[in-house]
Amino acid sequence: MARKKTMAEAATAMTNPPRVWKFGDDVDTDQIIPGRFLTIYDPRELARHAFEGTRDEFARQAKDGDIIVAGRNFGCGSSREHAPLALKGAGVRVIVAESFARIFYRNAVNVGLFPVVCTDTSGISDGDEAGVDAGTGMLVAGGRKYTLEEVPRFLQEIVDAGGLVEYARGLEEVTTCQKTIRSR
Amino acid sequence: MGKTLTEEIFSARCGSPVQAGEVVMAPVDRAMIHDITGPLAIQKFREMGGTRVADPEGVVILFDHQVPADSIEAAQNHVFMRMFAEEQGIRNLDLREGVCHQVMMEKGYAAPGEIVVGADSHTCMYGAAGAFATGIGSTDMGFVLKFGALYFRVPESTRAEVSGTFPRRVGPKDLILAIAGDIGADGAAYRAIEFAGGTIRGMDMAGRMTCCNMAIEMGAKTGLVAPDRITWEYMAGRRDMKPFPLDADPDATYADRRRYDVSDLAPQVAVPHNVDHVVDVGEVEGTPLDQVFIGSCTNGRFEDLAEAAEVLGDRSFSEKVRVIVIPSSRDEYLKALRAGLVERFVVAGALVEAPCCGPCMGGAFGLLAPGEVSLSTSNRNFRGRQGSAEAKVYLCSPATAAASAVTGQITDPREVV
Repeated sequence: MARKKTMAEAATAMTNPPRVWKFGDDVDTDQIIPGRFLTIYDPRELARHAFEGTRDEFARQAKDGDIIVAGRNFGCGSSREHAPLALKGAGVRVIVAESFARIFYRNAVNVGLFPVVCTDTSGISDGDEAGVDAGTGMLVAGGRKYTLEEVPRFLQEIVDAGGLVEYARGLEEVTTCQKTIRSR
Repeated sequence: MGKTLTEEIFSARCGSPVQAGEVVMAPVDRAMIHDITGPLAIQKFREMGGTRVADPEGVVILFDHQVPADSIEAAQNHVFMRMFAEEQGIRNLDLREGVCHQVMMEKGYAAPGEIVVGADSHTCMYGAAGAFATGIGSTDMGFVLKFGALYFRVPESTRAEVSGTFPRRVGPKDLILAIAGDIGADGAAYRAIEFAGGTIRGMDMAGRMTCCNMAIEMGAKTGLVAPDRITWEYMAGRRDMKPFPLDADPDATYADRRRYDVSDLAPQVAVPHNVDHVVDVGEVEGTPLDQVFIGSCTNGRFEDLAEAAEVLGDRSFSEKVRVIVIPSSRDEYLKALRAGLVERFVVAGALVEAPCCGPCMGGAFGLLAPGEVSLSTSNRNFRGRQGSAEAKVYLCSPATAAASAVTGQITDPREVV
């Protein structure tokens, strides 16, 4: 469901490299996508209302490859999957936070986003140029490098598949009560 | 090594010892989807190649967030889910019964020792029945529809031991707000909270539901109370089950242990815009209000409405506030109706609505304008939760809500005679 870039957006992306959208602690899913938009399920349509009322410029300016960087407990509150979908629709692929709320984290992995933990995001500023170094897996933001924690092993297969739908599509059945692996 | 209540439940359902930290594909005994998260779950089920739901008997569909349909889009979602229920032979309670979590409890769809999931974060409430119940997203629910099972990382547990007798006009909501203030919005992240101690043992099911309901507000995967006589009495008539012992071992390992004494607890209020920003009512007394909401899965039960009516007495609500009362289910509505509470609220000036999520959904009705202030017995005061992001929401108990609705400002219910 990746957003197709128009020529104008592609040109903008060349002159405007991916940036950091910096948030604080306890960003809840009501902020990410307010309740009145929950009849919408299309990621691009949801993206038009992301952070509406609390950070309106996000929906207007966020572009493919931008990275959200937050403090503790990102995505707390409702189980609405509309929240990670709205961010995905806005072009975000990577969300870096000091910690994530449980349901949001799992929803984000399931819809094919990369929620990654970075123990200290305080040195990263809003608007920093940012990207994830494909070779080292490190976050590069504002010219500095940050180590990102790996996704728990049991979720890695889902991440590798590109999301839970892609993972589950290939499965005919599952075996219950087989312990898989001890997660970290 | 001893087991927590959560470890006991997973071990029993899996037939072999399971410890916190392990990841298991566990069977799901019951799954609930509602009108907001359901359509996407069905879509994901189909995208996963699903054609027949693994266990239609174990699935419950109902509508509570946008009922009766408040928009054409909501109406279309309802139609879509009705068709799916019919196609798959799934029980559809439609918009008849009320707020999903209350209905799941009162119909006996969550029972001691069961693993229950719901596509709604407050699913953790069914821990009051001694179930392991947790909220999941729509894609995870699509997986549950297809396979009747889901990956769970068995959580570590926080043990909250509560002692003491509640002072007059102070109750379970004040306790859980105080605990949220103490533990913090992510202080129990990825954990289960076991509520225990004499106060919990003496608490009715309504109060236990209020406590377990708000476990998510501390980041917890669920909140639980070990089943006892009160639980089994509640289950009787709802489920054909013989009581069996289920409790944490005395030597269970906890990630955290907290003790609380409610003997001197004051009425608690969560102030904007975080649930863990909790103060004694005295610190915010006199705050002018535009709206008071008494209802929700947290506090819309008969016991809550009775408490509010008792505080109200034969007074009227202040004309300065809009008072919205919503029983959490048809059963609770009927109980309130038969006890004369609905009439009392209507005479006092409230709008009594049919069972649904109401203003707590932040989209259907009862929304706040910029600058307005609401006092609510619900569970979240996030920015924009009940309408404008420029509005403010305070959370409190039914007693505090009723006392404040009478005066038009936040009021200590102990001071209302």
